[in-house]
Amino acid sequence: MILVYIEVREGKVKKSSLEALSEGARRAKDFKTEVNAVLVGDKMDNLASEVFPYGAEKIYLLENALFGHYSAESYAQALMTLIEEIKPDVVFFSASAMGKDLSPRVAAKLGVGLASDCTSTAARDGKLEITRPVFAGKILVALTFKSKPQIATLRPNVLPLAEPAAAKGEVIKKEVVIAEDQIKGKAVEVIRGEGAELDVTEAEIVVSGGRGMKGPENYDLLRELTAILPQSAVGASRSAVDAGWIDHQHQVGQTGKTVSPNLYIAFGISGAIQHLAGMSSSKCIVAVNKDPEAPIFKVADYGLVGDLFQVIPHLKEELKKILKD
Amino acid sequence: MNICVFVKRVPDTESKIRINQESNTIIEEGLNFVLSPYDEYAVEEALKLREAKGGQVTVVSVGPEEAMVVLKKCLAMGADEAVLVKDDQGETYDSLRISKIIAQAVKKKFADFDLLLFGKQSVGADNAQVPAMVAEFMGLPQVNVVTKLEIEGNTGTAWREIEGALEKFKFSLPAVLSAQKGLNEPRYETLKGIMAAKKKEIPVWTLNELDLGEEELNPQLEIVKMESPPPREAGKIIEGEPAEAAQKLVELLRNEAKVI
Ligand SMILES: Cc1cc2nc3c(=O)[nH]c(=O)nc-3n(C[C@H](O)[C@H](O)[C@H](O)COP(=O)(O)OP(=O)(O)OC[C@H]3O[C@@H](n4cnc5c(N)ncnc54)[C@H](O)[C@@H]3O)c2cc1C
Ligand SMILES: Nc1ncnc2c1ncn2[C@@H]1O[C@H](COP(=O)(O)O)[C@@H](O)[C@H]1O
Repeated sequence: MILVYIEVREGKVKKSSLEALSEGARRAKDFKTEVNAVLVGDKMDNLASEVFPYGAEKIYLLENALFGHYSAESYAQALMTLIEEIKPDVVFFSASAMGKDLSPRVAAKLGVGLASDCTSTAARDGKLEITRPVFAGKILVALTFKSKPQIATLRPNVLPLAEPAAAKGEVIKKEVVIAEDQIKGKAVEVIRGEGAELDVTEAEIVVSGGRGMKGPENYDLLRELTAILPQSAVGASRSAVDAGWIDHQHQVGQTGKTVSPNLYIAFGISGAIQHLAGMSSSKCIVAVNKDPEAPIFKVADYGLVGDLFQVIPHLKEELKKILKD
Repeated sequence: MNICVFVKRVPDTESKIRINQESNTIIEEGLNFVLSPYDEYAVEEALKLREAKGGQVTVVSVGPEEAMVVLKKCLAMGADEAVLVKDDQGETYDSLRISKIIAQAVKKKFADFDLLLFGKQSVGADNAQVPAMVAEFMGLPQVNVVTKLEIEGNTGTAWREIEGALEKFKFSLPAVLSAQKGLNEPRYETLKGIMAAKKKEIPVWTLNELDLGEEELNPQLEIVKMESPPPREAGKIIEGEPAEAAQKLVELLRNEAKVI
């Protein structure tokens, strides 16, 4: 059996965990087994209906009033109890902020290996084989597990979401007993910047600016583009972040975030290896740069050699034309 | 306030990585190794806390003899003590093993600590697993990917980065924290620090000494294959004046790439 952890944030199911469930359903088919989902939280009554369409046969709801505050200690405890009971062969998490925080704690509790940030999974001779980029994407490593359950976190936005089906299965509620004094650290608040900005890791389109943007005020040009493009967010190179033009949250690359949007547009970014590490798994890459020799053009699907300040206004007009209807 | 910081020696991010196909390892020859960038933020934070609250900063690395270089760097930055836990196992892309070693080293040799500091991930392997695993083995609270930290007596507040927001954590000490860029600006080594670090003795512990048998340290993942990813195909260069080029680009994105 494959078990997929479905992350709930502020009462909502995270899309990246539905991707993990979709992948779980594909592997379950290969292994001729079933895929189940598990949610941890305090109030989750309406959430199962959002999860079933992506292939889950059973959904476990692990409930406790304390789960309203995320804590890896209590969440891992709850997951371990379920895993020991139902004994899945494979457990998937999304490699989201929560998935990365929680999964190693679960793996350590069970004393098993964990493969992080996988970009593909496969069934080979009855075992799970995963592939993940390492060394800034310069190497792909394929791994199998010597321990069970085989636990992996899956990189958001890479693996396709299943076509939702009108399916419904069994919901199994479990009360989890946790002593409050067992929890020594917990989240007390989620603080969002102004405007509920979409994170670069979750955006379907990332519009990024580098040193070629010349100054902080010009990031408004990129914000104007994201205002037109649906599901988009502003990204940046480290040079721009280090110059203080934009917050570190937006940095893409080896010491920033790893993004895999459908479309990545790089304005005035040279394409240093550390930047490529964070965006080369994007499905379509566009580069706008005035230097025809810039390394970014080597990875770009579409390259536009020119001055970004001249290109952006026209791009805005063209996008407005087609995205209006 | 006694703090242990865990640091790893990794290939410099610019390195061209070559693979030994027979052993499924990377070829170390010709690589330039550095202190993993996030670990530098962890060391800096420890030094700042010591400056504010007193106590000791000990840096520990698990790795081969060559990891001495990164320990020396930490001493030169201002750490009080450094220890090498000698381990010649190559990268396994699974942090369970290293976490067991670290937890055991802390239990055996550093009973008296308030904080265990880490980088949020070791650059290269990018596992992002050790801090949470060590926290679990030690029964400690954890906050990962921290960009701001406040310690007040026996409790702390840390802000960690999540998607599009910060998550504020309250925790009790002792605790495990892992550093994200933005937490601080790592200091440079001073000449005085470098000279002092040269003279400082760095004890070396063996896995035997930590009562860790080989069996329990077997890697839990098996490397099947390592390869360079297929290169991206050369793309199209769009020619023309800005107005015309922008129009072409949008046309291609809509009708050819189908991404907008
Ligand atoms: C340990 C380490 C970690 C790092 N991590 C990261 C990371 O996470 N992310 C990251 O991005 N970098 C990272 N770097 C830095 C990286 O090496 C590069 O320095 C950085 O990516 C360069 O940013 P840039 O492309 O914006 O600037 P530059 O390299 O200066 O490039 C600017 C580009 O803009 C173009 N340009 C200028 N004006 C215009 C114009 N008017 N119109 C069009 N084009 C124009 C120029 O031709 C040039 O190609 C890291 C470095 C190290 C050592
Ligand atoms: N061999 C090691 N020795 C000491 N600390 C380590 C070692 N490997 C990892 N760490 C610490 O754990 C963090 C996360 O590592 P990883 O789980 O490998 O991504 C690193 O930033 C270090 O602080």
